[in-house]
Amino acid sequence: MKLHGVGILGVGSALPANIVTNSDLEKTMDTSDEWIRTRTGICERRIAEAGVNTSDLAVEAAQLAMADAGVEVEEIDLIIVATVTPDVNMPSTACYVQAKLGAVNATAFDINAACTGFIYAMSVGSQFIKTGAYRHVLIIGAEVLSRVVDWSDRSTAILFGDGAGAALLGRAAEGEGILNCKLGSDGNLAHLLYIPAGGVKIPACKETVEERQHFIKMSGNEIFKFAVRAMGEVAAEALKEIGLDKEDMDFLIPHQANHRIIEAARKRFGLPEDRVIVNINRYGNMSAASIPVALDEAIRSGRVKRGDLLVLVGFGAGLTWGAAVVRL
Amino acid sequence: MDVFAKVKALIVDQLSADEAKVAMEVSFEELDADSLDIVELVMAIEEEFNLEISDEEVENIKTVGDVVRYIENHA
Repeated sequence: MKLHGVGILGVGSALPANIVTNSDLEKTMDTSDEWIRTRTGICERRIAEAGVNTSDLAVEAAQLAMADAGVEVEEIDLIIVATVTPDVNMPSTACYVQAKLGAVNATAFDINAACTGFIYAMSVGSQFIKTGAYRHVLIIGAEVLSRVVDWSDRSTAILFGDGAGAALLGRAAEGEGILNCKLGSDGNLAHLLYIPAGGVKIPACKETVEERQHFIKMSGNEIFKFAVRAMGEVAAEALKEIGLDKEDMDFLIPHQANHRIIEAARKRFGLPEDRVIVNINRYGNMSAASIPVALDEAIRSGRVKRGDLLVLVGFGAGLTWGAAVVRL
Repeated sequence: MDVFAKVKALIVDQLSADEAKVAMEVSFEELDADSLDIVELVMAIEEEFNLEISDEEVENIKTVGDVVRYIENHA
């Protein structure tokens, strides 16, 4: 079987207009701008208005990615949405996105790999193009985390934001595009970052609401340690598998969970600051949307250019981790 | 190199602390380390001494001496 190269034909992102600064949070919880900035690097985040759902942000990002690629909506064969904040538990957010886009020829499904979701979607979507099964695959990381964070828990509420980023995948020439994806999971560490209730294990009821069991619970320090170690390792492995190393890489686009994690991972990886894309200061942690939004901004601002070698790397609930090596 | 000297070197490196200030009885608070600095220091110690310090155990670590004693008891 002849395998096709897979490339990123277009990118787009969508961010709610509503900006919530650290000073805004000071008014509703016991925290401070200085504390948040020094611990996380976050200055502000976007919060979706009531009525704006994950699928709405996903659609906006997807339309921009299609326009960027010059691909018509009827040409989309597959839509993959990576999210932990679906519009509803059933059906998939991707199906709502398909309907709203009018992507009548597309199959649609979601991926739940939390903050690594976009890398997972890239890996999964690539396979269909590689084999020739599909020509155009939309991959979207979209989240409205503001509705699953506990606004009475200052240790987590300050961290998250809403947004969406998309990429349109299609055929690329040999040696260009997505050169390698490396994924990993360790379900033994699921308890470090999760939402306890709302599934079949603990169905929603009056008590689960009162006990605030529908919100994100995170063991921050353990996640910090895991993230710092995992990011450098999986990025290095993804490069090594195809005979490259960090010297070949132009930019690292890490998941934006905490600037201190990015900095600690960067130092371990031995990279200069100017080769790491950072936007957490403006958006906080947008889970699956963080990497594609950072990618979109880096391309649109001209910071990364065609021909650059990028490594996208993420980690998240699961635990999951992954890296993608991309020749833009 | 004894445990204290190794720990001291890691603290100076990780926390950009003044070498002269690092002593057994000095607390991490006095060295201006926040909770994430301590997590990073713990990671460096885990790798240097090939051991694992759980999050609960980290909460009991307040001073340089606490770290040194922990390593001496677990390494």
